[in-house]
Amino acid sequence: MSQINRKDGGLINKDKTITFTFNGHILRGYEGDTLASALLANDKHLVGRSFKYHRPRGIVTVGSEEPNAIMEIGSGAYKEPNTRATVTQLYNGLEANSQNHRGPLGFDLMAITDFFSPMLGAGFYYKTFMWPKAFWEKIYEPAIRNSAGLGTLAKQPDPDTYDKGFRYCDILIIGAGASGLSAALTAASSGAKVILADEDFLMGGRLNSETAKIDGISGSEWAKNAVDKLSAMDNVTLMADTTIFGVYDHGIYGALENRSSESREDSKKPRQVNWRIYAKRSILCAGAIERSIAFGNNDRPGIMLAGAVRSYMNRFAVATGQKVTVYTNNDDGWQTAKDLRAKGVKVVAVIDSRSISPVMGIQGAEIFMGTDVIDTKGRRRLKSIKLSNGRTIDTDSLAVSGGWNPNLHLTCHHRGIPKWNEDIASFVPDDKAPPGMSVAGRAKGTMVLNDAIKEGHDLGSSVAQDLGYKASDLEPATTPSVAYNIVANWGVPSGKNRAWVDFQNDVTAKDVKLANQEGFKSVEHVKRYTTLGMATDQGKTANVLGIGIMAENMGQTMEETGTTIFRPPYSPVAVGAFAGRRRGMEFYPTRYTPSHKWSEEQGAVFVEVGMWYRSQWFPQPGETHWRQSVDREVIQTRSSVGICDVTTLGKIDIKGSDVSEFLNKVYVNAFAKLPVGKTRYGLMLREDGMAMDDGTTARLAEDHFVMTTTTANAVSVYRHLQFCHQVLWPDLDVHMISVTEQYAQYAVAGPNSRKLLEKIVDPEHDISNEGFPFMAAAEISVCGGVPARLFRISFSGELAYEIAVPTRYGDSLMRVMMEAGKEFNVVPYGTEALGVMRIEKGHAAGPELNGQTSAYDLGMGGMVSGKKDFIGYKLGLREELQRSDRMQMVGFKPVNKGDLVDKGHSMAGAHLLGLRDEPTTENDQGWISSSIYSPMLGCYIGLGFIKDGLNRKGEFVRAVDLVRGSDIEVEICSPHFYDPEGGRLRE
Amino acid sequence: MIINHPLLGPRDSEEFVYLGSTDLINRPTNWEDEASAEDFYQYQYIRENVAGDHKELWYHEQGDQSWLVVTRNTLTHEITNVELAQDVSRAMGRGK
Repeated sequence: MSQINRKDGGLINKDKTITFTFNGHILRGYEGDTLASALLANDKHLVGRSFKYHRPRGIVTVGSEEPNAIMEIGSGAYKEPNTRATVTQLYNGLEANSQNHRGPLGFDLMAITDFFSPMLGAGFYYKTFMWPKAFWEKIYEPAIRNSAGLGTLAKQPDPDTYDKGFRYCDILIIGAGASGLSAALTAASSGAKVILADEDFLMGGRLNSETAKIDGISGSEWAKNAVDKLSAMDNVTLMADTTIFGVYDHGIYGALENRSSESREDSKKPRQVNWRIYAKRSILCAGAIERSIAFGNNDRPGIMLAGAVRSYMNRFAVATGQKVTVYTNNDDGWQTAKDLRAKGVKVVAVIDSRSISPVMGIQGAEIFMGTDVIDTKGRRRLKSIKLSNGRTIDTDSLAVSGGWNPNLHLTCHHRGIPKWNEDIASFVPDDKAPPGMSVAGRAKGTMVLNDAIKEGHDLGSSVAQDLGYKASDLEPATTPSVAYNIVANWGVPSGKNRAWVDFQNDVTAKDVKLANQEGFKSVEHVKRYTTLGMATDQGKTANVLGIGIMAENMGQTMEETGTTIFRPPYSPVAVGAFAGRRRGMEFYPTRYTPSHKWSEEQGAVFVEVGMWYRSQWFPQPGETHWRQSVDREVIQTRSSVGICDVTTLGKIDIKGSDVSEFLNKVYVNAFAKLPVGKTRYGLMLREDGMAMDDGTTARLAEDHFVMTTTTANAVSVYRHLQFCHQVLWPDLDVHMISVTEQYAQYAVAGPNSRKLLEKIVDPEHDISNEGFPFMAAAEISVCGGVPARLFRISFSGELAYEIAVPTRYGDSLMRVMMEAGKEFNVVPYGTEALGVMRIEKGHAAGPELNGQTSAYDLGMGGMVSGKKDFIGYKLGLREELQRSDRMQMVGFKPVNKGDLVDKGHSMAGAHLLGLRDEPTTENDQGWISSSIYSPMLGCYIGLGFIKDGLNRKGEFVRAVDLVRGSDIEVEICSPHFYDPEGGRLRE
Repeated sequence: MIINHPLLGPRDSEEFVYLGSTDLINRPTNWEDEASAEDFYQYQYIRENVAGDHKELWYHEQGDQSWLVVTRNTLTHEITNVELAQDVSRAMGRGK
């Protein structure tokens, strides 16, 4: 059996045979086929099972609106579920598998649900799984989850690559059918920069599926000529196989380009490109989508939309059956009968629900006017249809047309509301299309081809003129006018037989009626109650039909009933296409400090901090646990000297005559009198009085300051400072620039830090304790003239400095310092040791600056100036923020020093309870925010928050960690655990 | 969205960070008054929820780091005016 339904002609290349598989069977098609047309050529009508009742289903449409023929394409990591066979271009080796069945497609074990269908109507889940409550988690949900969903995921990372791109044009034309091509021809000839996009891989729209002649040649030939002409023009970009999926603000359009064929050849090339198109104007020429009619058992494989049947015949040279019948309510359905007949396919009957005289004669066909189809037979393939006049007709292919809906989706992305047009019995766009968008052709409701061409032609020219281009001198193409008459037909009484409205979601006319009866009147509510119009096709073939049924049920007009809101995307877009290349390590930028390579050479373990990679600790041979490394780094630093890379701290260079006044306004403490050559610690609040960030600011010259921020807040603090300057105090003479990346900076800490630095600081700079005391700052030089900035500040609590050099010297400086420090047994330390030493000193950091803590809560109330206005001053004085029973930061140490040592975890995250309190929310008094093992104290210590903590020092409470199962007694103490007098840093 | 930066021309809104209403320019100056707590409270928390033209602050973080005042219609996203916040602030009487 090979392509038994293939006929002559069509826009396929019969010289190029393509081999593919469907459910493991090897089949053949031709270049130019879609997967759907190739399946039909091989007489495969049954291609899937429906979502809810597992009904056998076949191909219904020829485009992206397809509700039934959705498949898993590819295998292994490449497998992609829910792919529409109707838009999948056939290629050699394509593996397609039907989905949503257990066991073979022809005998689905889940088809039993169909027998229970009387119980499974609209709202079934809402009504049934309410009780008993306990059943939900263990029985209902697993069962529903097991049977829900359509395809299955590969459950492996997507091996394909995706990309993003940006394009700019004067006029974006959406849809390359008759009106779109006409618009492109005039717009381009007037000189405008044009992008023409079409979701099909072959441009031409319905012209490729119709037999109408344009300018005396076949429509598809005319389209090809137009495309050739456009592709030769420099001001035109053609984007075939590209779906405009969304219209965003200010002329921005989302476009998904499918480049599968390229990426199959070279997996490094993107499978899809997510384009952002910036267009001054757009012309929507998206055509129309056919709808069905709701009649009994209208969902059998072999029942298709009439326009699709015609497409398969004319474009793909595939007959959908041997004995075809047509059921229509409009003139266009007859064209299908006519075209099939012309290709020698037997058309046995044309049934028209309108009581008018036949539109035309069809040779060999019985004609039934004022007649409906009310039932069908055939389990896996249509066998016969039953008419309202009692006749039964044997047929294997029924072509149904309920009329054509203008494809107005994109006109509604800015809240346009479709209007009803009785002449064509369909919704048409209102006048609220997104700014800059015009609509032409069938998308606008212009159903006569000749008029649609003229409309596109005129719009292309007039829009170009609006943009200042000359008028086009082209003449519009012409084609004989064919009338389009229609009488709406939403469905026929079908007795017990279910009349399907939404194939993909198994919604019947009865479900819609039930929803209306139960009080769901709004179209949006009916959608959510019945699932009409949901899932991958978003009801493109179903919605208007469903609205028609609702309107009839409720005795109201179509416009009163209205449509649901159309939102992007027009058709499904893979998440990978939105991610583009931002996956894995490329999810966001990776920032390395200048000494990163040196750290790697030392075997450092890295940790991501913001986007930075920082050394966490430096394991030495023989160390098997991180704590061994960290304890060593701390002890060695505190006993001699250690070096830590602090380049990641935010650094802001500030100049101007008003900087000290400016700093006074952003820090809680006074900065106005900071002398040149001095550094000061500063705390910044948000306007609501909560701590925002802290750091140091040094005054290098009368009008030159340099500020540091925390690593995490470097960007937001700089933004805040710019706000304070530009928005609040624009006339202050302040100029700032972030220099975070311009300087490498190192903390050199420990009793021997001065001795180490003296070896590298150029001799003209006095850094003795007298010449360069605690909190001094200066611009100096090192290593014979390398410019540097030196600050005598200490986070570790030791005699310590931070030294900054231009980034390009960072790596060298690290190496020079390590060499110079050899005689002092210098140690590099990472962020863990940094953290240990800051907790030993009781410095607040990220876990304490959590956005809910005031200066007072942090024990820094004494720093807050009452003599000046600063950001957060006034609101920080609010009564609630001054209450003594607020959570205040204090220190905590175990009563038994050995506690937790055997468990190997700190107190971090533990909650604080009274000595005899049950661990309940009511009894919760606070929490431990930071905790580490202190090698200096020989026990775990912590910082944390407890009600009224500042007044409770010496009290005993419990630190309870229910997650890790520890419960220990701790003493509330000062957060300054190590050298509380601070003598070491002044040595 | 596209924001027509007064110095740099049309820029994609992705380059910007949004803050909020230009009410934030009017930071009270009467901090020494006991009663000014209410003014600061209004300044910090109370905003009109405008349906229509809204003057708001945007920061060109991925650009020249200027703060802008953008007049945007909250119903249609139409942007009718873009100014440097510095100029607007000065025009409102702010200085040092």
